[in-house]
Amino acid sequence: MLTEILRILESDSRTTTKQIAAMTGISAAEVTKLVKQAQKDRVILKYKAVVNWDKVEDERVWALIDVKVTPQKDVGFDAIAERVYRFPQARSVYLASGEYDLAVLVVGKTEHEVANFVSQKLATIEGVQGTATHFILKRYKEDGEILEEVEEVKRQQVVL
Amino acid sequence: MIIKPRRESRKKRGLISSPVSRISPSGIRKFFDLLASIDGVISLGVGEPDFATPWPLCESAIRSLEKGYTMYTSNLGMPELRERLSQYLEDTYSPKYDPASELLVTVGVSEALDLTMRAILDVGDEVIMPDPHYVSYDACVILARGIPVMVPTSEENDFEVSAADIEARITNKTRAILLGYPANPTGAVMPRGKLEEIAEVARRHQVPLISDEIYARLIYGVEHTCLAALPGMKESTILLGGFSKSYAMTGWRIGYAAASKEIISAMTKIHQYSIMSAPTMGQVAAIEALKSGGDSVISMVEEYNRRRLVIVKGLNEIGLPCFEPRGAFYAFPSIKFTGMTSEEFAERLLVEERVAVVPGIAFGQCGEGYVRCCYATSLGEIEEALSRMKRFVDRHQVA
Repeated sequence: MLTEILRILESDSRTTTKQIAAMTGISAAEVTKLVKQAQKDRVILKYKAVVNWDKVEDERVWALIDVKVTPQKDVGFDAIAERVYRFPQARSVYLASGEYDLAVLVVGKTEHEVANFVSQKLATIEGVQGTATHFILKRYKEDGEILEEVEEVKRQQVVL
Repeated sequence: MIIKPRRESRKKRGLISSPVSRISPSGIRKFFDLLASIDGVISLGVGEPDFATPWPLCESAIRSLEKGYTMYTSNLGMPELRERLSQYLEDTYSPKYDPASELLVTVGVSEALDLTMRAILDVGDEVIMPDPHYVSYDACVILARGIPVMVPTSEENDFEVSAADIEARITNKTRAILLGYPANPTGAVMPRGKLEEIAEVARRHQVPLISDEIYARLIYGVEHTCLAALPGMKESTILLGGFSKSYAMTGWRIGYAAASKEIISAMTKIHQYSIMSAPTMGQVAAIEALKSGGDSVISMVEEYNRRRLVIVKGLNEIGLPCFEPRGAFYAFPSIKFTGMTSEEFAERLLVEERVAVVPGIAFGQCGEGYVRCCYATSLGEIEEALSRMKRFVDRHQVA
């Protein structure tokens, strides 16, 4: 049942407790209990909106940074990853397989700001061997949501 | 094809044949016309998924066009589709069918149903079916010069049809018993035990069963029983199914019939002369559906179930008592307490609150007193429709 509630909240975090209760067939009190526990267990971290920033006048520059690091004894990649994810500029940090080790999604107000962050903060962390910066030119899909306007498909109003 | 000319004298009659004249384009034409004239309608009247076809299916069809798969297929349908379908049916709920001789790919279940009737009926033959039922059932029988025989079902019996009621209607003219569970318009699902009783009656009277199982995958908290899978029933059952509802592929028009070699070969004769073959690109998408569409079906069913729980609870709360549907995507609440006919109710609800539901009478006499509400629409729309319906019900409470 928790998985079902999480799926509902993942697709629309504004679904109310009452609505979830109706959608799952369990009581509102039970939903509240499960959601509270999930928050406590950090299964649910936060309730956020998926925003298309391109539609509002908010200048943001996004970049994907590949980071090559030397893993450290005992802690592997985790200690360096922590030094990276502590920075608020790093929106998402993943350990990835392949040529590079960490994939970091960075956001800043200007290209200059992002470049500065990479050259002065990221690249200088001990154990970081090198970085490759890919500025994001256009966002098509965000968290499963397609950003461009999609034409509404009209269904027939009555089909028997 | 050579057919003997009819020798009988030409009686004076209109241009249109009598069976076609007999069936109306729809029992609720007036309602459709009214609907077309009103804006801002929330429709719970649509009998199809609101999801788009899962992308991998569309993509495979697009690729097939690019590669030039634009010709007819075998009359029976693409061999790969029949092979995969045979495997799929066996893996899910039905017996094994020989892809070379026991499966026919059709233009939706609609065509499969029409072919079935044309293949098995002579003038005046009877087909027993539950009332209410999907609108094509009686129409296809009449078009094939047969006579539909109704078995009343009711909310009190969960809209299940009983073996005894069927048996009471069997005559020496009975050529088939036609069932469609999970049911449109009621959402009823028949428990295995009751189907076994019906199978027993069919066996005893040697009457074939036709089972439209298009909604087989859309069930909630119960198991689907395939009539053909009951012991000894494969040979005497014509199983109809399709991709439209479970894979959200209504517009692709791909269905199938699974039956004995004799029946399939008879149906194929009609199919080859009237249709040739089901749409090629639809068949390609259907192959992909069987290859990779399973997860999409599961997630769509989960979403339908959420909506089902919301609409059934909501209808009951606003004072429209609603039988719990266990299959398809329809709720079938009673509107009897309003004193209106189902057509009046639907018309006034449409005009006063701009919510479209389908009058139960469209599905047979036993559908009177009910309306069909399809919940294959977004939760937001369902909630808005419920709140509009509540206003309507509150206004029309009979003291």
